[in-house]
Amino acid sequence: MAVNVAALRFQVETALAGRVPAPFAHRSIQVETAPFNIAEIDQLTGGLPHGGLTEISGPFSSGRATLLLSALASRTAHAHVCALVDGRDTFDPYSAEAAGVKLERLLWVRCRNIDQCLQATDLLLQGGGFGLIALDLSLLSPKMVRYVPLNVWFRFRRAVENTSTILLLLDQESSAGSCASLVLRLGLESCRWATPQTQRTLFSTNSCACLFGGSQLHAELAHSRVKSATWDHKAQSFTRMNATNHVANFRTRTMWRDFRETVIETK
Amino acid sequence: MSPNTTQRFRSPLAALFMAFASIYVPDFSIQAVVRAEPALRQQAVALVDGCPPLEKVVAVNQAAARAGLDLGMTKSQAMQFRSIATRSRSCKQEQAAHAALLDVGWSVSPRVEDTAADSIVVDLTGLASLFGSNEEIANLLAQRASDLGLIVHVTVSSNLEVALHAARGFPGITVIPPGDESQRLAALPVQVFSPPLDIIETLERWGVRTCEALAKLPVLDLSERLGQQGVRLHQWSRGASLRSMILAEPKLCFEEEITLEYAVEELEPLAFLLGRLLDQLCARLSARSLSACAIHLRFDLDASCDHEFLPPQTPTRRLDKKSYEKLLTLPVPTRDSKMLLKLLRLHLQSDPPSAPIVHIFLAADPAPPRVMQEGLFLPSVPDPEKLELTIVRLANLVGNSQVGSPRLIDSHRPDAFQVCRIFPRCDAPQIHQKDGRQKSIGVLGKRGPVTAFRVFRPSPRAKVTLREGCPVHISFSGMHGEVTAASGPWRTSGEWWREDAWHREEWDVEIHRPSVSSANTIENAPSAGPQKGVYRIYYDVVGQAWFVAGMYD
Repeated sequence: MAVNVAALRFQVETALAGRVPAPFAHRSIQVETAPFNIAEIDQLTGGLPHGGLTEISGPFSSGRATLLLSALASRTAHAHVCALVDGRDTFDPYSAEAAGVKLERLLWVRCRNIDQCLQATDLLLQGGGFGLIALDLSLLSPKMVRYVPLNVWFRFRRAVENTSTILLLLDQESSAGSCASLVLRLGLESCRWATPQTQRTLFSTNSCACLFGGSQLHAELAHSRVKSATWDHKAQSFTRMNATNHVANFRTRTMWRDFRETVIETK
Repeated sequence: MSPNTTQRFRSPLAALFMAFASIYVPDFSIQAVVRAEPALRQQAVALVDGCPPLEKVVAVNQAAARAGLDLGMTKSQAMQFRSIATRSRSCKQEQAAHAALLDVGWSVSPRVEDTAADSIVVDLTGLASLFGSNEEIANLLAQRASDLGLIVHVTVSSNLEVALHAARGFPGITVIPPGDESQRLAALPVQVFSPPLDIIETLERWGVRTCEALAKLPVLDLSERLGQQGVRLHQWSRGASLRSMILAEPKLCFEEEITLEYAVEELEPLAFLLGRLLDQLCARLSARSLSACAIHLRFDLDASCDHEFLPPQTPTRRLDKKSYEKLLTLPVPTRDSKMLLKLLRLHLQSDPPSAPIVHIFLAADPAPPRVMQEGLFLPSVPDPEKLELTIVRLANLVGNSQVGSPRLIDSHRPDAFQVCRIFPRCDAPQIHQKDGRQKSIGVLGKRGPVTAFRVFRPSPRAKVTLREGCPVHISFSGMHGEVTAASGPWRTSGEWWREDAWHREEWDVEIHRPSVSSANTIENAPSAGPQKGVYRIYYDVVGQAWFVAGMYD
């Protein structure tokens, strides 16, 4: 068997000689990446790969929309035009503005069902020229998203390959599988509730005297094929990575949390 | 011709500085119709005009004349010639053809005389450095007229009247050198001057048929018999008439229209007709070095028809309008007819007319063409024309109001925004750079990302249990959970003078959910295990009910 494989390999190499220099040699392709502008996530992932599909999955309140807005803010600040395919019409322009998204550079497509989402994404990919196209299926049932045939994700990946477009998919459970260049799982660790120092003694966990101050989130790098040109990845293979190498924790803050306060975390 | 005048025409300076090009459209009425139907170009065509049933043939082309069709025949007689295509004369199409003819003239010179519907004169003085010799300019004019669907005669002469009359007599391109005017006019029939019918008859009786014969007549005797008209004809025949150009004021009016013999009911043939009109509009814009920033579309609908036009599967409804109008505003000026046709098709697909179409009117708002020099280091943005097509396709998919760029409204009303059109520009990136390394965006900085909020539209109704004024349990859309932390109530109200005034008490609540029902609508939890989330709920004081405004994510 081994002889047969070697013979077959030699035959293929001979047939491709002069056209392909080393058909069986592993070539690591360095891709350009764009930052999320969240230091912990950028350190963990190396950024969003251009010309690839990035999948961010997680349950409710796990920070998927926060990462989306952060990525949109990063891209629109670099004068890119971005598109958001909103699966359940839940995008909040006020949050986006507060996160730094240049709304005039954002094309928002408000869909009603998953078919519209997929068709709209297809049209945007065909149109070309976008810096980032985000497909937000976060509030759609995971069962419904799982029914999307795998060839759809393959087609999307092929459409963005060799372009500078970043395709970002947000869902509850990872569904793009091997089509994704980068898969990130998010989760909610704890919430921070803050109260002004003058009312510290009155504070309880369920009180009108406190403010929601943000969340503590954790991110797990589930899968990455990215070898960033601008970022030295911690490891080329997960087999060499320990558990702590592909997990990061980060905090989010609310728009109004700018005064002196006492913070109490609920877990 | 006086000796001074003769000397002036023969001087090298006159040849150098004075030249007029006359453009004449033979069979103008027929060409105006054929321009909208290029398939008729190789056929025998007759135009009929008048009130039915007394329509008579008013114009025929050469092929139709050879077939034996004469002017004045009735329509029924003309219809007996099976090889001859009969069409109604269209004043609108003649106006459009004349406007196109003027555009040809203005494409090379601002000095154009609008002599007649089928003739214009262009002053070629000083154009040699731009377009070359007079012959080259004449070729250019003929080519541009051909691009606009007109087959023309072009004659260049240093005498305006000679150019005008020779264009009517000589086909193709003719350049008459200074001094040869009378010689070149000699062979032309006197009909090129379009004299009154009684003078033609008189000249015919005298045996005077050509310009040469007319020029040989003594001018005094001619004056006694034919009056000033005869003197003018005599001057024209000698090529000795002098007059100044009457300049036409350039108009920026680009309109094309067509009246259909039969009402069009399908989108495909309609797109075919729109394509032709758009080609003509864009060719005219191109001739004037302009682009269109908006397209006005108007259909006259068949009022006698009461069935639905497009799509055929939609239910029948009664007509309430006799016309259909649409304004297509373009993100950037363009004269790409194919792109414009695609846009029009998409718009018509999403909003079809309610009855068959009997008349099509298209007009373009002219604008200077887009001139853009992109920076080498600026990120690429979608091509505006492609982006417009994509947006229209998306609008067809999800609805017009569902696509666009969000804009915040200066209002305290919750979730107040509007969706506007996106106009991407190629600007420099707004990032801070130091020592060549990219820094985080100022908004985020070291303080961490801003927690995003998701708005539930519409807000689902919730059941909330209160204890000492604070929510302790909530259930909505099949989900229920204990409130482990809450912040509120944050009271907000406004616009009490309007019917849609709001008055609400908002709470931010952290909910621990023991389990999730599978029959929910908004909530689609990934697993049935315990979950937690942070939501914004509100109590509608007016409606006396609790709702979930959205979720922090």
